[in-house]
Amino acid sequence: MNWHEGPHLERLAECVVALAREAGATDSECTISEGSEFSATVRMGEVEQVKEAGSRGAGVRVLFGQRTGSSYTSDLSGDGLRAMVSQAVGLARITTEDPFAGLPDAADFGTIDHGLDLYHGDVEALDAASKVEMARLAEKAALMLDPRVSNSEGGSFGSYLGASAFANSRGFLGSYRASNCSLSVVPVVKDGGAMERDYWYSTARSASGLEPPELVGRKAAERALRRLNARSLSTRKAPVIFEPRVARSLLSHVFELLHGDSIYRRASIWAGKLGEQVAGSEVTIIDDSTLPGLFGSTPFDDEGLASRRNVLIDRGVLKSYLLNTYTARKLGLRSTGSASRGLTGNAGIGHGNLYLASGALKPEELLRRMGTGLYVTELMGHGFNAVTGDYSRGAAGLWIENGEIAYPVSKVTIAGNLKEMLNQVAAIGDDLEFRGSVAAPTVAIGEMTISGQ
Amino acid sequence: MRYSDSFFASKFGIAERDLEGWLSEALSRGGDYADLYFEYLATTSISIDESIVKSATQGVSMGVGVRVLAGERTGYAYSDDLSPERIRHAARVAACIAEGPSKTIKEGFLGGERRELYPVLSPPADLPLEERVSLVRRADEAARAYDPRVFMVQAVYADTMKHVLVATSDGRINFDRQPMARLNVLVLAREGENPPQRGYSGGGGRVGFEFFLNEKTPEYFARESARQAIVQLNAVDAPAGELTVVLAPGWPGVLLHEAVGHGLEADFNRKGTSAYSNRVGERVASSLVTVVDDGTMHSRRGSLNMDDEGNLTHRNVLIENGILRGYLQDRLSGAIMGATPTGNGRRESYQHVPMPRMTNTFMLAGESDPEEIVRSVKNGLYCATFGGGQVDITSGNFVFDATESYLIEDGKLTRPVRGATLIGNGPEAMQRVTMVGNDLALDEGIGICGKDGQSVPVGVGIPTVRLDGITVGGTAR
Repeated sequence: MNWHEGPHLERLAECVVALAREAGATDSECTISEGSEFSATVRMGEVEQVKEAGSRGAGVRVLFGQRTGSSYTSDLSGDGLRAMVSQAVGLARITTEDPFAGLPDAADFGTIDHGLDLYHGDVEALDAASKVEMARLAEKAALMLDPRVSNSEGGSFGSYLGASAFANSRGFLGSYRASNCSLSVVPVVKDGGAMERDYWYSTARSASGLEPPELVGRKAAERALRRLNARSLSTRKAPVIFEPRVARSLLSHVFELLHGDSIYRRASIWAGKLGEQVAGSEVTIIDDSTLPGLFGSTPFDDEGLASRRNVLIDRGVLKSYLLNTYTARKLGLRSTGSASRGLTGNAGIGHGNLYLASGALKPEELLRRMGTGLYVTELMGHGFNAVTGDYSRGAAGLWIENGEIAYPVSKVTIAGNLKEMLNQVAAIGDDLEFRGSVAAPTVAIGEMTISGQ
Repeated sequence: MRYSDSFFASKFGIAERDLEGWLSEALSRGGDYADLYFEYLATTSISIDESIVKSATQGVSMGVGVRVLAGERTGYAYSDDLSPERIRHAARVAACIAEGPSKTIKEGFLGGERRELYPVLSPPADLPLEERVSLVRRADEAARAYDPRVFMVQAVYADTMKHVLVATSDGRINFDRQPMARLNVLVLAREGENPPQRGYSGGGGRVGFEFFLNEKTPEYFARESARQAIVQLNAVDAPAGELTVVLAPGWPGVLLHEAVGHGLEADFNRKGTSAYSNRVGERVASSLVTVVDDGTMHSRRGSLNMDDEGNLTHRNVLIENGILRGYLQDRLSGAIMGATPTGNGRRESYQHVPMPRMTNTFMLAGESDPEEIVRSVKNGLYCATFGGGQVDITSGNFVFDATESYLIEDGKLTRPVRGATLIGNGPEAMQRVTMVGNDLALDEGIGICGKDGQSVPVGVGIPTVRLDGITVGGTAR
């Protein structure tokens, strides 16, 4: 596939918008994307799987007044695109007038001009053999660390190159391309009858940005080893600390709470709470899609509004929801540039780089200050209810006594209400780093109910 | 039906000699086996929100995946363009996994046994769109009519029609037409200044449109969703600690999916990474427990005439009276383990490599009267509805989210409790099954199973079951 097809994709998108106009649509918007993926897994030193392919797709949304219809296709031929447009036109007939439906005002369109650094040629330049070798080295480092690392689900290298274009009938036209790659290892450790696994990974927009394979493998093995011979706990209340890998999930819950759809439907505990204190004063949460080189960065959102930095919670005070044009109109607010969608359909809401701002303390200091409690390193299940804030998830981690690791813990749950959890954030670590578009440093929460034997 | 009359032959003009040519290309550098998986998928989705039909979407995607197996190695490539040049290119890319002289493929294809587990009378795609819109409108009205405390209703109807074709280098050719339809209703209810509560219901399967008119109507799902939300308005905090739990029949079978099913998928067991590895013939559950995975059930969400490697699906007994009988196989793991295919090789789409997956997984009925099971519990939790679940197949630890449950006090269901996660260990929890009801029920047809980033539709089922000692993750002591 030719990776310099941005202008070509833009022309196709414009062409779809023109077809929709010819078909009588009042407004329309079109997304066209193409991508190629590569992945390789090495298990116990042998190549297990290599996958390589590319694909393309187009989607259109048409408006007839305030009725909408959407369609998509993987057939980008002239006939394919025409069939897609006529299908969307047919669907607009059966939907209902929605007084809030419509494209953004042209005055709101924009795009980030400075280099977002989303595409690195070194990903495309890396040959398959080198990628396989990185996966092999990462797995080897895990297997060599300790004799108890006796098995593995493999080391994997994955890369993705993508380009997408967006055009609408009010004159927005933009495109960009992006690259990313990742390296991960899943070692399995055994001691007597007990068996545990864990994983570690590195991900970056450039191949040179990845952590060395040896580091990824070693860290994965260390994480699996420290889980061996875990115990459950008796049911109790105790302070809890989330390590960064699991603290990110708290941000995903915050995203649900700030999601414009949940706000106008009153399906979030934070509906109607703008300007109120909703979290402890340590808590500042930001969504920034303009940070160069990061995974949540884009030049414009999926309605053609320029990407931006939104402060969502400032020292505990709720400053902003996450809104697209539709939800902003419903709420009488302005879009936060957070529109997101796949190829087609009404725009939903997404986030850019969503993160909890760093605190001042080293993670070890957080453990020392907690004294005795649970350091959570894994969460399981989906037990969060944005409507009520109720929180209950399966957990594994390390029991801490006097600030030191006492023993590994598994098969417990931690429960509370997110409202109280965020109000009881006792301290935040200084260890923020991005391994994806959601990131958090170590977070110390007050007491939660730990349920076990 | 002959191949020449099948979807890909008639719509795309793909002849058997084309398939042979691409398979030869796939084995041009050696390898033991190659296959082609063609897929054409047409989808429709219509949603209502605030009584407004806000969205209607249709689309088509198609492509072909080429797989080459060489020992334990898999090479995979795909194309979303069905032109001969692009398919040949994909075959050449997949071929690179092998290193050796080219292999010749078997000439001439043999079609396998064909079945018709989901003969759809009215394919939704053949009906006017307005008829499908009427389903979400009816759901919206019924949920609002159920109780004035219902203030928000969203309903989504979606149907898909998938045509697939599998051709293999060992001379097999099989094709299938796989319909799927589903209706979901989400409801919020509120009383006074208290926080709202939500209810969720839905169902469907490999069914025609008449299913929603005659068997499970929009009103049925709407009322169930509204009922759950209203019940939750009076819920108290869930208990914390180890309790006796009674599972209601039906969807709570998701417990088996997590606690047993994933751990029995052959890829994990071949590699020795599952808590159930090397345990065939051993006791892994109470003698009351017999677990079956059955891909051959009529019209069900997890059913398939053939799996995504072209093998017939089967009814496979996984655990029989507590003894582990076998694993869920795909071609690769079956060949390495010397096992016969069980018809469990599945994939999300042509862009994905097949692997062992569940179909419809359930526990056979026992002999206990369900009411007797509840009466036998002095102090426990009755779980009526679940959200989803998750498992770590290596340690065997699993969770599932109980979204509607009730305290059992002195053998009676008393107060509803708020949602809570339950956690246990698969082999341990299955040993703690002490009563099994005579009321096996399957779920309504809403299951989606995720593994290695691939989602496939599945079914689950269970009779009323008593589990002595599972950790309930509430906040009340």
